[in-house]
Amino acid sequence: MEIFDNLALGFSVAVTFQNIFYCFIGVLLGTLIGVLPGLGPVPTIAMLLPITFGLPPVSALIMLSGIYYGAQYGGSTTAILINLPGESSSVVTAIDGYQMARQGRAGAALATAALGSFFAGSVATFLLAVFAPPLADLALKFGPPEYFALMVLGLVASVALASGSVVKALAMVVLGILLGLSGQDVYTGTPRFTFDMLELADGVEFVALAMGVFGIGEIVRNLEDEHTRTVLVQKVKGLLLTKDDIKRILGPILRGTFLGSFLGILPGGGAILSSFSAYSIEKKISRHPEQFGKGAIEGVAGPEAANNAGAQTSFIPMLTLGIPSNPVMALMIGALIIQGIVPGPNVVNEQPNLFWGIIASMWIGNFMLVVLNLPLIGIWVRLLTVPYHILFPLIVGFCCIGVYSVNNNAIDVYTMALFGVVGYVLVKLDCEPAPLLLGFIIGPMLEEYLRRAMLISRGDPTVFFTRPISATMLGLAMLALIIVLLPSVRKKREEAFQE
Amino acid sequence: MTRFVKSPKEVASGFLLVLLAAFFAWQAMDLPMGRAIRMGPGYFPMILAGLLGFLGLIVLLTGLTLHPVAEEDKAQEIGLRRWPWVPLGMVTLAVVVFGLGIRPLGLGPSMGLAVFLSTLASRKFRLTTALLSSAIMVAFSWAVFIKGLGLPLPMLGPWLGGY
Repeated sequence: MEIFDNLALGFSVAVTFQNIFYCFIGVLLGTLIGVLPGLGPVPTIAMLLPITFGLPPVSALIMLSGIYYGAQYGGSTTAILINLPGESSSVVTAIDGYQMARQGRAGAALATAALGSFFAGSVATFLLAVFAPPLADLALKFGPPEYFALMVLGLVASVALASGSVVKALAMVVLGILLGLSGQDVYTGTPRFTFDMLELADGVEFVALAMGVFGIGEIVRNLEDEHTRTVLVQKVKGLLLTKDDIKRILGPILRGTFLGSFLGILPGGGAILSSFSAYSIEKKISRHPEQFGKGAIEGVAGPEAANNAGAQTSFIPMLTLGIPSNPVMALMIGALIIQGIVPGPNVVNEQPNLFWGIIASMWIGNFMLVVLNLPLIGIWVRLLTVPYHILFPLIVGFCCIGVYSVNNNAIDVYTMALFGVVGYVLVKLDCEPAPLLLGFIIGPMLEEYLRRAMLISRGDPTVFFTRPISATMLGLAMLALIIVLLPSVRKKREEAFQE
Repeated sequence: MTRFVKSPKEVASGFLLVLLAAFFAWQAMDLPMGRAIRMGPGYFPMILAGLLGFLGLIVLLTGLTLHPVAEEDKAQEIGLRRWPWVPLGMVTLAVVVFGLGIRPLGLGPSMGLAVFLSTLASRKFRLTTALLSSAIMVAFSWAVFIKGLGLPLPMLGPWLGGY
């Protein structure tokens, strides 16, 4: 069995002292920022990107992935204990989890969340190990037109699955691509959108853009209405589940895991969409739908399993195709590029240590999270008492030095300031900034494949529709757009996101 | 006039997008276009700028209505007056000051200034906590970034007798 050989290789990489250490740091930091509302995985990973320069690629990626799935765990803790979701993906957990806590069953809810997440994380990691290599092999057969079509499909799908206006999201993607094209043109070396500034010759720095929009912009948004958080924490006791509980959560965890695993692969899916869909499915098929919202344990188990599974499988398109499905994956690609690794199907074959090492570390990391979270809940909760007005100036400081250290260039600091304002204005105008980031990362690749495809076809644009794989993908993209723009679907979609 | 505006948010974002599209198109005009078979650096940006302008126009139009509305949808108001101008200004200023200061002043002073200026963004500003936060952050960034990670940054810049 090749997969076991590969996993053995992965564990031999992941179980070195150094990598276990970085995995631990990653999940610890992830839990920490998951617990703290107003600080998510995107700004944290962006802040840490510069620090990963000095690390070997495997350790860097192991740590950054740990932050991402660790945040899913941490977010649910606060959602259950104080009805304050630390992450957007744990919003649904708060509905029934907090009710359970009020009924004195906080321990059971936390245990359900942790066990559900652990099970889902393990299964999804296994799926990643099984499906990623064949997908990468398939992708190796792709020519430029197929790649172009695949990226278009990815971008369109991320728009269709996101909440809010489709047209605005599309506009954000296009704006992101345009920003991504800034800097020297790869073929001719002509500077583009640099305003004759030498500092901008390499284009807008990705870390500066990401930190501006998601770090600085987010801080301003949190400062909009400052109110004192009153933290009343119930005593957590009784982490053990009863037999009846276990019977009730088995189904939701299984369904959540598979739903989350599937939705995580789709661009724009990932953790948030998975948890929302899992909740509505559990509510629909439950024999006691009236209990939902009043402390149904199924309402915690399903979404928690789904968000962790989704977080895990969203690595599949990133590692096999080099296409990010959400902003966190876009940052991971940024981290790979910093390390001099070209993300894409070749990573699996040319960097087996990296690929299998990351996968194996996810198991270790998920296990650490269970151990880390259940006994240490008291400490995490105490962290919540750190008021935001103390916290945010420190975050600003970290962002500043983080972005400066990427290139030792002050222009990146100004870029971050500019995009902080831009990010805030966009959110105020109901324009989601996440598609902008995806467009920014994919933009240069999109242009390159378009130019190559046109060169091969001697300038004939029909090449995208005469090659079957590329035609199918563009057709799917078209279909997805038409479906979400249909008036009836549009209404349903709005309702679904409102729930 | 305003009666024909159904949603100020949509109109404003549409207008902004069209403006941005025009800006990118104007910038791309100086770039060689090339032909479809061998695209120049300006080809793809020009297409994108056109697409952005088109999408912006759609957004703009969806915010308008031919049937005058008596009352505006509250959720669609931009509410410029309720924007957190002080936090927005202070946080941005803090970042810019850091960028200006990092070379001539060095990491210590610019970090301290940036953190201190950001604390001013909060309504719960207190001088003692602000100074304390700044001091902690300066010490921390020295320990982690200069000692720990060995970034080539002077604590004090040339203006303050450093190198």
